[in-house]
Amino acid sequence: MKRELKRTGVFTRRALLLAAGQLGALGVLATRLYQVQVIDGARYATLAKTNRISERLMAAPRGRLLDRFGVTLAGNRSNWRALLVAEQTENVDGTLDNFARLVPLADHERVRIGREVRRHRRFIPVVVRDFLDWEDMARIEVNAPDLPGILIDVGTTREYPFDSILAHVIGYVAPPNEEDVVEDPMLALPGLRIGRAGVEKYYDLTLRGRAGVAQLEVNSVGRVVRELDRQEGVQGQDIGLTIDSELQKSVLARLGDESASAVVMDCRNGEVLAMATNPSFDPSLFNSGVSQAQWIEWTSNRRAPLINKAAAGLYAPGSTFKMVVALAGLAAHAITQTERLNCPGYLDIGDTRFHCWSKGGHGLLDLRGALKNSCDVFFYEVARRTGMDNIAAMANRFGLGVKLDIELPGVRQGLVPTREWRMAQGKAWNIGDTIVHGIGQGFLQLTPLSLAVMAARLATGRAVQPHLTRTIGNVLQPGTRPEDWPSLDLPERDLRAVRDGMWQVVNEPGGTASIARLTLAGVQLAGKTGSTQVRRVTREQREHGFKSEDLPWEFRPHALFIAFAPYDVPRYALSVVVEHGNAGAATAGPVARDIMTDALTIDPVGRREPPQRVAESITPGAPGRDGSR
Amino acid sequence: MSLLERRLIRETSFGLAGKLWRISWTYVLLLCALAGVGYAALYSAGGGSSEPYASHHILRFAFGLVLMLSIALVDIRFIARLSWPAYAVSVTLLVLVLHMGHVGKGAQRWIDLAGMQWQPSEMMKIALVMALASWFHKASWERMGNPLFLVPPALAVAVPVVLIVKEPNLGTAVIVAAVGAAVFLAAGIRWWKVGLTAAVIGLVAPIAYGHLHDYQRARIITFLSPESDPLGTGYNIIQSKIALGSGGMWGQGFLQGTQGNLNFLPEKQTDFIFTMLGEEFGFVGGLAVLGLLALIVLGAMGIALRCRHQYGRLLALGIGMNFFMYVFVNVAMVMGAIPVGGVPLPLVSHGGSAMIMVMVGFGLLMSVHVHRDVEFGEGRDNP
Repeated sequence: MKRELKRTGVFTRRALLLAAGQLGALGVLATRLYQVQVIDGARYATLAKTNRISERLMAAPRGRLLDRFGVTLAGNRSNWRALLVAEQTENVDGTLDNFARLVPLADHERVRIGREVRRHRRFIPVVVRDFLDWEDMARIEVNAPDLPGILIDVGTTREYPFDSILAHVIGYVAPPNEEDVVEDPMLALPGLRIGRAGVEKYYDLTLRGRAGVAQLEVNSVGRVVRELDRQEGVQGQDIGLTIDSELQKSVLARLGDESASAVVMDCRNGEVLAMATNPSFDPSLFNSGVSQAQWIEWTSNRRAPLINKAAAGLYAPGSTFKMVVALAGLAAHAITQTERLNCPGYLDIGDTRFHCWSKGGHGLLDLRGALKNSCDVFFYEVARRTGMDNIAAMANRFGLGVKLDIELPGVRQGLVPTREWRMAQGKAWNIGDTIVHGIGQGFLQLTPLSLAVMAARLATGRAVQPHLTRTIGNVLQPGTRPEDWPSLDLPERDLRAVRDGMWQVVNEPGGTASIARLTLAGVQLAGKTGSTQVRRVTREQREHGFKSEDLPWEFRPHALFIAFAPYDVPRYALSVVVEHGNAGAATAGPVARDIMTDALTIDPVGRREPPQRVAESITPGAPGRDGSR
Repeated sequence: MSLLERRLIRETSFGLAGKLWRISWTYVLLLCALAGVGYAALYSAGGGSSEPYASHHILRFAFGLVLMLSIALVDIRFIARLSWPAYAVSVTLLVLVLHMGHVGKGAQRWIDLAGMQWQPSEMMKIALVMALASWFHKASWERMGNPLFLVPPALAVAVPVVLIVKEPNLGTAVIVAAVGAAVFLAAGIRWWKVGLTAAVIGLVAPIAYGHLHDYQRARIITFLSPESDPLGTGYNIIQSKIALGSGGMWGQGFLQGTQGNLNFLPEKQTDFIFTMLGEEFGFVGGLAVLGLLALIVLGAMGIALRCRHQYGRLLALGIGMNFFMYVFVNVAMVMGAIPVGGVPLPLVSHGGSAMIMVMVGFGLLMSVHVHRDVEFGEGRDNP
């Protein structure tokens, strides 16, 4: 029994020791639990929240731009690409290292990816590599386990089938900057672009649509458990332009190598059929960021390829302004249609002598004859009698110096001066100023677009506005019918006199622009030349037999031409400006004639009716409202 | 024959009613409470539904309870005779599982039997305690001083430990070794031998580390610095800590735990069930569960101390130690205090065979309690 008691005693002591140890160990666990749950609790609770909810944006496809016959001018090409979601990998650099072993990444690409990863929230995917081919994709997919955070998806890239031919009208898209992303978080999605110029910019919101947002509850591996909330996005709408890509192509070709621009409009409703600027640029270069060298080349080029000269180039209209002066004079009863004025080759006002372009003078001329010969002295006198404010008011009625409702950013209004404008500058308006404005010089600054509008309004007597949009999301926009536009409220006989003068310019022997006569049977063109000095011609130069061809390029006068045709039933109006092209008749005239010949031959307005609704569309769910108004 | 001995003899044959009367119903109630905690946790882990975990859990517990009470009525002396056969069967199964068991989560631990998957290592833990208790049953204090007497039981511990390490299942191997050590200690092994063994383990451990599987090494490294590889092996621990921490003092509320329900929490219905509880019921709830577990551990120790024969004492102590080791390893693991090892929280975690074996253990414990006063070869040495 003694031995038994000894054994039991040992057991009891040791069992109690073990029990104490067990209790102590559980106490340590309780302490540790207090540490994790209560002392560090707040920190872990924050971690828990970020673990849980993820917002996912669903990009809307950008709407296409189509020409009046449905030809794609700006479309979307699918683009297989590798994306990186920083949230899904702990080691961005490690993942990229592994990726670069499969598909080489240049250093500057690594820099760009690193920048974008830092800039965006961590669940936003960043493009690692665009335009993967099948082989690359296979390599990436096979090695997916080594590439946490990398995923392959198909996005879209903007594509411009006509590249430089329509660059100034269509504009271009470029990566958004940080302020853009603040405004519309969708732009943070990989590969999304924002319209930066042209129609792409003007209609950016319409084309872009709105991203859908899904608030997702995600689990630890980023897999979606359920959707907490969803706002459907709005798809970008297709926009049908008034442009005829075929005519546009030939117009640009007609401009040749000149630094020039031309606008062709349907003069009955203001639809812009072609708007060409030369030289041009490749708009897709902006898609992924323009290189420094390319940018310097563009901006240092004195022919300014990036500027839409048709809508933002400013030129003195020269003699193309004389129709406005004539109509202002007729309206102010400063002159009649038949009154003849004598041109001795100059006009003296006070002690200043104003010269006619014809040294010997034109003799007696009526209004039609003055237009036909583009006599300066005649219009000096008309301007003197009419006064600048009347001329400016008439110019404004023809769309000159006023804001035009065209769907382009950066369109310049130009300047038609008034006495008030001059006084606001603190200067007095002199009679001499009025005289020079009679022949379209002085302070006048107009765009080729506004000159085309002037030609269209002269031809139809209607206040058509130039516009580029026919349909938005398959819905026909107002303004396609002539009746949509108000009359200019000018006496028809005044207009007819001016048109007659323009007809004589081209079609009568001795007209200043016989060279611009159409060779098409039964169709006649009415037009007007213009040459505007870039630099004042001094008396000395004039006396020494001055020739503008001898000047350096940038000091030569600009050559202008405006026209409409057919003369009897006007359909097309155009303006052509050749920078530093010397004489309007010799340089711009033939270009205008050829463009008008193309317009009449291709005949985008009369040849076939553009479809009321654009046939096929990438936005099948676009609103189906009634198209006509 | 003393009075005491006469009473012992008288009480060797009490009837069924007497046995039922001797069952510690308080202890049974504690076990039911723990299973109830498990039901609540699994209901939440099932996303607020008794499917797929909670209803199975409670059915299994009911089965286990019947099994436990049945075993409690079996005479402890009969059980003692089964000790070595049970040990032999367990070792055989361990060998079998190494050759034909199927692999789950990178380890051969499971074997199909009677429509269920069994981990022989679970059975081994109990069989080892039975075998050791049987060996030391008649060993006097003096006999415990004989080193040769200790060699066979030491081998009895070493064989299953090595087999389980080979599965590989480091966590369970450590538990088996610890339980064996506790029985040795309680049986009266001399302290200097305990010190010597500890010193040997201290020297051998670094060498053994070289023979560990990569994943086992990774776990140990992760344990030392969990933030070093948050998406790899450290992921579980970090997510578990995030979930526990977001529980705070009072918890997110029942079914309101976001981390567990969104599967940020790995294996929430098995190994990390305590985290689930901690997130939803906070520190207060976690402490309550720990308190309940402590009562069960100490209750087993109390049964051991109340027992009048060495076999029962050692068996009860071993089973209590086994339960404690389960609890300690699991809870310490989810709090990031020790390396992760596939050790469930008994009676709370989802899992079939583990719960059955735990209940078998408690059945043995209760049999010890029912038969605490029977005459069972007291005071005589082995021949």
